[in-house]
Amino acid sequence: MPLLKIDSLDVEYRTNRGRIRAVEDVSFSLEKGEVLGLAGESGSGKSTLGLSIIRLVPSPGVIVRGSIEIDGTDIVKLPEDKMRLLRGGKVAYIFQDPMTSLNPVKKVGAHFVEMMQTHEPDLEKKVAIERTEKILKDLRIPSERIDDYPHQFSGGMRQRIMIGLAIALNPDLVIADEPTTALDVIVQAKILDLLASLRDRYGMGLILISHDLSIILERCDKIIVMYGGSMVEYAPNAELHKNPIHPYTQALLQSIPNIELSEQKLSAIPGSPPNMLNPPKGCSFGPRCPYAKEQCRMKPSLIDVGNDHFVRCFATGESAEVE
Amino acid sequence: MGLRSYVITRIILTIPTLLLLLTAVFLVMRVLPGDPAALHFEKKGDPADVERLRQILGMDKPLWQQYINYIGGLVDIGYLRQHGYPNLGKSMYQTSEEVGGQVFSAFPATLELAIYATIIASVLGIMLGVASSKSYGKTPDHLIRNFGTITYAIPVFFLGLIFQLIFGVYLGWLPTGQRISNVAPPTTITGLYTIDSILQGNIIAFVESVRALLLPSLTLGIVLSGVFLRLTRANMLETLRLEFVTAARARGLQESTVTYGYALRNAFLPVLTMMGLQFAMLLGGAVLTETTFSWPGLGKYMVDRINFRDYTAIQGAVVMFGLFVTLVSLTVDVLCAYLDPRIRL
Amino acid sequence: MRKKTTKTPGSFSAPKTSGSTKTPRSFLARIIPGLTSLTRRGPSGWMVTLGIAIVLGLVVMTAVSPFVVPHDPILYHGPLRSPPSLEFPMGTTDLGQDMLSRVMMGGLIMLQVAALSVFICFLIGVPLGLFSSYVGGNFDKTVSLVIDAVYAFPGLVLAIAIAAVLGSGVINMAISIAVVYIPSYYRIVRSQVLSIKELTYVEAARSIGAKWHTVLYRYIFPNVVPSIVTVLTVNFADAVLTAAGLTFIGLGVSVDVPDWGYDLTNGRKLLTSGAWWVITFPGIMIILLALGFTFIGEGLSELLNPKLER
Repeated sequence: MPLLKIDSLDVEYRTNRGRIRAVEDVSFSLEKGEVLGLAGESGSGKSTLGLSIIRLVPSPGVIVRGSIEIDGTDIVKLPEDKMRLLRGGKVAYIFQDPMTSLNPVKKVGAHFVEMMQTHEPDLEKKVAIERTEKILKDLRIPSERIDDYPHQFSGGMRQRIMIGLAIALNPDLVIADEPTTALDVIVQAKILDLLASLRDRYGMGLILISHDLSIILERCDKIIVMYGGSMVEYAPNAELHKNPIHPYTQALLQSIPNIELSEQKLSAIPGSPPNMLNPPKGCSFGPRCPYAKEQCRMKPSLIDVGNDHFVRCFATGESAEVE
Repeated sequence: MGLRSYVITRIILTIPTLLLLLTAVFLVMRVLPGDPAALHFEKKGDPADVERLRQILGMDKPLWQQYINYIGGLVDIGYLRQHGYPNLGKSMYQTSEEVGGQVFSAFPATLELAIYATIIASVLGIMLGVASSKSYGKTPDHLIRNFGTITYAIPVFFLGLIFQLIFGVYLGWLPTGQRISNVAPPTTITGLYTIDSILQGNIIAFVESVRALLLPSLTLGIVLSGVFLRLTRANMLETLRLEFVTAARARGLQESTVTYGYALRNAFLPVLTMMGLQFAMLLGGAVLTETTFSWPGLGKYMVDRINFRDYTAIQGAVVMFGLFVTLVSLTVDVLCAYLDPRIRL
Repeated sequence: MRKKTTKTPGSFSAPKTSGSTKTPRSFLARIIPGLTSLTRRGPSGWMVTLGIAIVLGLVVMTAVSPFVVPHDPILYHGPLRSPPSLEFPMGTTDLGQDMLSRVMMGGLIMLQVAALSVFICFLIGVPLGLFSSYVGGNFDKTVSLVIDAVYAFPGLVLAIAIAAVLGSGVINMAISIAVVYIPSYYRIVRSQVLSIKELTYVEAARSIGAKWHTVLYRYIFPNVVPSIVTVLTVNFADAVLTAAGLTFIGLGVSVDVPDWGYDLTNGRKLLTSGAWWVITFPGIMIILLALGFTFIGEGLSELLNPKLER
């Protein structure tokens, strides 16, 4: 049984101005120990997808259709009190901006102790503190700082604290939403290394969400490319490198600057992301796609092109299914 | 910076404000009316009487000297030690009476009323504000918000009169103009009857003093709760959207912990600051409440003295109010610095 | 004494400053079409309309009442202290005066005092705020210090002190109240100007040699207007309540004129005999008037500074 199995997931935001289909028909699975990358621009739905796995999509967001199975249990239908226990314990989430993810008036150590005692009500405070100190040491944060407040730490240290909170209860699945975006490049590498080493040590499943495709390509076993709320391509790392099919993926790969070239023309993808209140009919990438044809006015479905590689595009040669 | 140095700095900074305040009161009460002594006799008095009054009160001296005496009187430690209250001059109405003594004996009643009214207003306001923010956009939110708006528009004395009507006339619970009835007041330790009676184990006195306090503090508390309600609600709505709140939920913490330990704990600080500012408003309402319920506090004292045209007494009361407000604002600032470690930096 | 700003996540205050700055244009040209489309703007628009309706209704009632009252409100017509009846729908006072007539005419003093005090406040507070914050420096610091001290002081106490010294009468009451609320205008205007002053287009105006009063009037002032309007309406409500308070204490106007505040003071004595009608009806009127202005103020602040959109 896979650790995580998502099937035909639709998530909408029901606002005053209309419905926004933030996540449309997403399906994939993840095994323990695998690292899955979710790549896409802002607004592609990747964060919403991440949040829906722990059922914390902010209101007015609603999971409209589909199932999310964690170790076989469909959490979409789960009552809230059971869901709450899964959060932090079985599935952990690392948020994007470490500057605002910690409680400013709570000591750092207290964050850990509180979480531990919530999940293990009989846990003695002394033991919780011991465990916290050990985690901080692993993260290379001096354990004397256990009683310091979040604002006394640097951004990189705060993110490490967030990671520490995420793995403190030994979860089976960790979702990291843009864990390095708010940090500078050098710290970025350290954080990603840390995540990788934790994965090696504890063997949990890791979902890495980022708009930076180069990070995803570097660190992930499998990759999902998202655009306009849909999965446009899914492939193992090597396969995606060798054989990107979707025009969006190709354009993304091309736009990554190569540090080894002395002269390089930076290519960008013309156009702008779709207006999610009024999305284009048919393929959401159509308006910006250099290969767009008449066909592309229809919505393509996800097509298996072999090698565990799936693409949602007519460029694969398959004809469209009538939407 | 550290808490200690912040407190010391803050206390030092209070002095110029106090001086400004005292000067302002002097300007309004001594300079503005022209000749307060003549005004006391409604400008119809016998000139000899007016002159005699002026001499007794020291108003025949040049203005700058009056000012020096005025400030000097307040910091006169010898006088303070001798009488137990500062030198605020003599009453115009009865020049044998010291204003300082009268003000000091009336003050504890106002303090007690203010404390309980603040407690009621803040607890009511904050709880309703939290409830309102958690049910944003739905019916409870609208109802609570309307409650807040309406209570603000009710004149506090009107509410007091209505309460007296309902509880007083129809239930026989009229105010008696005393802080405690049927029983002797407890011996003075703090001057607050409720505290003093508990400290002495005097249950009967406690019950009786609460009974007397009930209607006035409820009236004042309800009218003021609206401000706390609105502020708590607004701040909660903003805080609940912040990432650390979602992050807390993502760690599996209970919703009540998230609401109170994370959201309210952070939203609360501006509310606390507001509490300090609101205190000034509270005192204004207290004056009206005391008048309505004949509560023997500083407000009632001041209003009574208006009828007697006792300008020195009014001045003394205003100075006392000003000192009180300054002290409270200082305390609130220190409290905020204690609760939020970031302020001290 | 400036308190250190609390650095909590996000920025908490009410109201928020309007995000977009507008290029100078005759603001009348903007306000009038705005007013007519108010009801279409959702619940806030309704609130403003309701508020305006209430206030206007009360003003009209007060203005028209001398010609419409069933009885002369000062003369003694009916039985003493009688409860509401067909002839006297709101009962009579202890002197036999008709309550309905008194209620209909009783708003005059209050409206006058409130309007006058708001006018004075506006006239002094706004220019002072504009000028002081624009000029900056020691002048600004001094004025701010004084204003803050006044602001921190209990408003009603200050008003009472001034009124006690000045005496009764509409103008004196208005002055007492105005002094208390000038700081509100000053502070709002000042905070707005401080944030606008540094914006590029103001710098641009200055760099092309615009005189300071031109810059102030045509560039800065129009952006300050929305906040002033909100303060203005809330100020009206506060002025009404403060005026009522002053009257209740006995610092109001003479006995000859029917006044809601006076009836409340008077009615207080009659409470023990259960004569509820003498205080209830005038009291409700005061509440309505204050509510009307509050609704306008709240609705306007929502419209001008829309809060979190869902």
